[in-house]
Amino acid sequence: MIKNIHGIAAIYRFEMARFRRTFWTSLIMPVITTSLYFIVFGSAIGSRMTEIGGVPYGAFIVPGLIMLSMLTESISNASFGIYMPKWAGTIYEILSAPISPLETVIAYVGAAATKSVIIGVIILLTANLFVDVTIAHPFLMALFLVTIAVTFCLFGFAIGIWAKSFEQLQAIPMLVVFPLTFLGGAFYALEMLPPFWRSVTLFNPLVYLISGFRWTFFGEGDVSIGVSIGATLLFLTICLTTIFWMFRTGYRLKT
Amino acid sequence: MDGRGARAMALSASGFTLRNVNMETIINIEGLTKTYAGGVVALKRVDLAVRKGEILALLGPNGAGKTTLINIVCGLVTPSSGAITVAGSDIARDYRAARSLIGLVPQELHTDAFEAVIASVRFSRGLFGKPRNDAFLEQLLKDLSLWDKRNAKIMELSGGMKRRVMIAKALSHEPDILFLDEPTAGVDVELRRDMWAMVRAMRARGVTIVLTTHYIEEAEEMADRVGVISNGEILVVDETAALMKKLGRRTLILTLTEPHEQAPAELAEWNLSLRGDGHELVYEFDANAESSGVPSLLRRMSDIGMGFKDLNTSQSSLEDIFVGLVNEAKAE
Ligand SMILES: Nc1ncnc2c1ncn2[C@@H]1O[C@H](COP(=O)(O)OP(=O)(O)OP(=O)(O)O)[C@@H](O)[C@H]1O
Ligand SMILES: [Mg+2]
Repeated sequence: MIKNIHGIAAIYRFEMARFRRTFWTSLIMPVITTSLYFIVFGSAIGSRMTEIGGVPYGAFIVPGLIMLSMLTESISNASFGIYMPKWAGTIYEILSAPISPLETVIAYVGAAATKSVIIGVIILLTANLFVDVTIAHPFLMALFLVTIAVTFCLFGFAIGIWAKSFEQLQAIPMLVVFPLTFLGGAFYALEMLPPFWRSVTLFNPLVYLISGFRWTFFGEGDVSIGVSIGATLLFLTICLTTIFWMFRTGYRLKT
Repeated sequence: MDGRGARAMALSASGFTLRNVNMETIINIEGLTKTYAGGVVALKRVDLAVRKGEILALLGPNGAGKTTLINIVCGLVTPSSGAITVAGSDIARDYRAARSLIGLVPQELHTDAFEAVIASVRFSRGLFGKPRNDAFLEQLLKDLSLWDKRNAKIMELSGGMKRRVMIAKALSHEPDILFLDEPTAGVDVELRRDMWAMVRAMRARGVTIVLTTHYIEEAEEMADRVGVISNGEILVVDETAALMKKLGRRTLILTLTEPHEQAPAELAEWNLSLRGDGHELVYEFDANAESSGVPSLLRRMSDIGMGFKDLNTSQSSLEDIFVGLVNEAKAE
């Protein structure tokens, strides 16, 4: 099924080189934002919040913080990666190459997910400077981190194929994913909300991902870990199916 | 076979395949139709067989369907109907085998602005499934006078240099077939000469080359065979020399010493026309006919005392030829 290994490596290397050109900005950005969140939420507000479910507030927000950056970064990196060649016309080379849709997706999404995971790890390390972070299930945590990076890079990839302008490209991460993450319990537990808003929030798909990720840190979340894993895999499947449909029909790639 | 018969033979598709029976076909296109989403019919049931090792020029005006044809073979555009094989592999079912044989230099310059030349060429080679081979790429870049620029970012290069990079990318995976979509558009004389030298060298190595052009002269100079395409249809495909003979209508323009209202009755048999306020006498003739009628015309003119200060002949324009071919195809 996978035959063009050199082709995958070529795209992967090309994408990683693109990231390397903006290496410092893309790595310093999450460090600065994480620090700011800790100064504002952790120290200023957190000092009055004390604990949520036995976890100090400073530590409580770490998983949500990682998710917030990773989701937006995954989507914008992966969407940009495929949108750029479309926009510049260099996509002709990919389309004319003996490389399958699966191989193309592995290369682009693999590269974007690599970057997302690196950013996630950097945020985790930065957070560790401010608070003590203990991870209850390190292996599951790493698995969640990678799966969510891959899922949202797939989502971003689909957006990159769909988008017809830079505006559309930025709209989804900024107008949809960022608010949904923020409102999805990144910085609070759902049980702190009034019952009505708690029910509304359960329609937000990101609640399940954030809750699952937090579970791997503290052994408890807003919903059960099984539901979180199910929701993550469901979203992964939807993204994969959409992308293969796009390639098969040539959707916005071929005329 | 008389002249008309031979022409009819070349024009009909069946006649064309008959003549090709002993030639090895590397690209076979049958009944290819393309209707774009907007409703434009860019190709109408096109049949074309490209022979292994030849240089085939597709000659046609803007919007004829040349780029569409190339892009379909290369996998950039999906055909509406028809079948295409490359070295026996179906381009849809067996796309890996088909595409790894093909290098494409598209009509527009599309390059990765921020990439270095060498990285970009290495990328192309890998993309087409070939293992890294720096010695080969070094020679390739040297052949294209790009070696000195190998570490330059592509955006720092001139337009002509960028075109060379596109060629290097297309050749980086050592393709058996090279598509050049309007290789000389916006290219200066020197690069054009280099390009033709490169094309000839590729051909000598056995690479099949399909190029498109608007210019008869270019097709004549480079190609083994020429396909004339207009309005989504291939009007004729033939050996360049044979086609040029067929297309060999020329125009003689005489600049008269004194303007005339109309061509004198004594010269009626030449079917002359006047233009340029009656200063220019125009005679169209067939350069390959047994007698062109030019010497007799000049003799008759001097007999009747009609003087001229200048004389010019030129090839008929592509437009004239298309009109001629289309009318001919209709008449049959
Ligand atoms: N993406 C597209 N969508 C709709 N119509 C298109 C598209 N691309 C080309 N066409 C139309 O298809 C026809 C053939 O275009 P094509 O580009 O194949 O011509 P061409 O022979 O390459 O012309 P040129 O010499 O100008 O490059 C034209 O009428 C063109 O307007
Ligand atoms: Mg064209």
